[in-house]
Amino acid sequence: MLEAKHICVELSGRPVLQDISLRVESREILAVLGSNGAGKTTLLRAFNRVVPVTAGTIDIDGRNSAHMSRREIARQISVVAQENETKFPVSVMEFILSGRFVHGGSFGWESAADISAAREALEDCDLIKFGNRMMNELSGGERQRVVLARAIAAETSILLLDEPTANLDLSNQALMFRLVRRRCIERGIGAAVITHDLNLASEFADRAVLLKDGSVFATGPPSDVFTPQNIAAVYGVRVFLDKNPASGKVRVTNVF
Amino acid sequence: MMVTRDHLKSRNRITVLLAACLVLSLGLALAVGSEHVAIFGPTDQQRAILFDIRMPRVFLGACVGASLAAAGAGLQALLRNPLAEPYLLGVSNGAALGTMLAFVVAGEYVFARPIFAIVGAGIASTVVFQMARSRSGMNTERLVLSGVIVTTFLSSIIVLLTTVLDAARLRSFTFWLLGDLSQSSYQGFYLTLFSAIGGTIVITSQARALNLMMIGERDALDFGVEVSRVRLIVFATASALVGTAVAASGSVGYVGLIVPHLLRLAIGSDNRLIIPLSAVAGAIFVVLADTAARTAIAPRELPVGAITALIGAPMFIYLLRRN
Repeated sequence: MLEAKHICVELSGRPVLQDISLRVESREILAVLGSNGAGKTTLLRAFNRVVPVTAGTIDIDGRNSAHMSRREIARQISVVAQENETKFPVSVMEFILSGRFVHGGSFGWESAADISAAREALEDCDLIKFGNRMMNELSGGERQRVVLARAIAAETSILLLDEPTANLDLSNQALMFRLVRRRCIERGIGAAVITHDLNLASEFADRAVLLKDGSVFATGPPSDVFTPQNIAAVYGVRVFLDKNPASGKVRVTNVF
Repeated sequence: MMVTRDHLKSRNRITVLLAACLVLSLGLALAVGSEHVAIFGPTDQQRAILFDIRMPRVFLGACVGASLAAAGAGLQALLRNPLAEPYLLGVSNGAALGTMLAFVVAGEYVFARPIFAIVGAGIASTVVFQMARSRSGMNTERLVLSGVIVTTFLSSIIVLLTTVLDAARLRSFTFWLLGDLSQSSYQGFYLTLFSAIGGTIVITSQARALNLMMIGERDALDFGVEVSRVRLIVFATASALVGTAVAASGSVGYVGLIVPHLLRLAIGSDNRLIIPLSAVAGAIFVVLADTAARTAIAPRELPVGAITALIGAPMFIYLLRRN
């Protein structure tokens, strides 16, 4: 479990996050929502202390992460970042195994445990046939699944995902969330997912947080957080709410 | 797939193959030259040529090649750019300027040259790195351009220095600047051997972290790599490797570009293999290039750097276009 208490973050002197208190509980998905520039990515990066936190504390499993090394933090938290490209040819298996860095010495080669964790992640993410393929040969959806598989292979208790469904088609969007949810339930891990899709959040998240100008505007179960007033205040758009006839979850429809 | 039994087998196979090639090329380099040396029952004079002139030169060439190729492979992973190379980034020129300053300031004191060269290489690589880094990250054009600027700036200072030095020294310096192994001694060899082996081990110790950094610096941070520490270790070690190599033999160019690139084509990008095997293959490459430099227009000699640049420059253009 990750617990942030009153954290503030400044980037080049400008306050980006102010007094944020949030928890990422095990066995649940926390959806992080908000308009562009609201501080969602910075929040996730503060969670694993890749950006410096200027005030407040972040506890990981009850330990103050301010006193943890990068290695120790990476043993607890793994990340699906927004896409990036490498100029060097890297195979899918190599990419996934790179997520096992903190489990071995830097000189060393992968142990049997590393290989089996990677294989399992490949299976979980429906990538069994892709182990030998090169990363730059994959489609957007396949690539994103590999990035998720690497985070899963790291076997951490917390998963942070930064817009994992951006640029994915409808079936891959749902697949991404189903994979994360299954992992949360089966392994008892907690996930924080940034998304712009309120309906995906409503369908898959146990809790949602709406960020506005670097502060928490509303947080709670999606059905409580997604109100026309909240959405109008955060996104500045009018929406119509009803229930998804298939799942019974809140459905958000734009009123243009 | 990596780390399967097949992968291990091919890894061992290529290691054995390269080791055998190194032994063969060392043997060839010792056997041929402008003076004929009988392998069985050489005369005293032939023995002197073999042991006092040819052997230190060949062994030093191997160490220089190993140093430059391992440094190149490390810098490429660190800068996430297959075109990063000590000579092209101006690191070699920094070391060359350091060596010349040592010559002016400290004269014949042997350890001054490598020390000044390492400091020069360190300063040059830091400057290039800071120049190439921008808020939007580091792209190839910016890196290459920064390298060109630092190289030409240092070259002009070197030219200035050579004009101050007297004519007899000048000639040996112009040869040396292009990369020259003809002044080899056992003394230079031992220091370079120590640096080549030590430096390759240190950079290889960071290979798994470099694998992650090659994918992306942010990925590396997220997955537990102390990026700034790895960067410091690799920059410092690469500077030490280039510094000792340049102090011994001048700026032999393109070794750090050609060797890791060909290896990557053959065995993929895993730095745990690429860095140590680059050292072995770099040794082979420079030993063979220097053999060509000694024998192509015998009894006259070419600087070995001319041969490596002759092969390397077209390859650089090819890589740049493909990028």
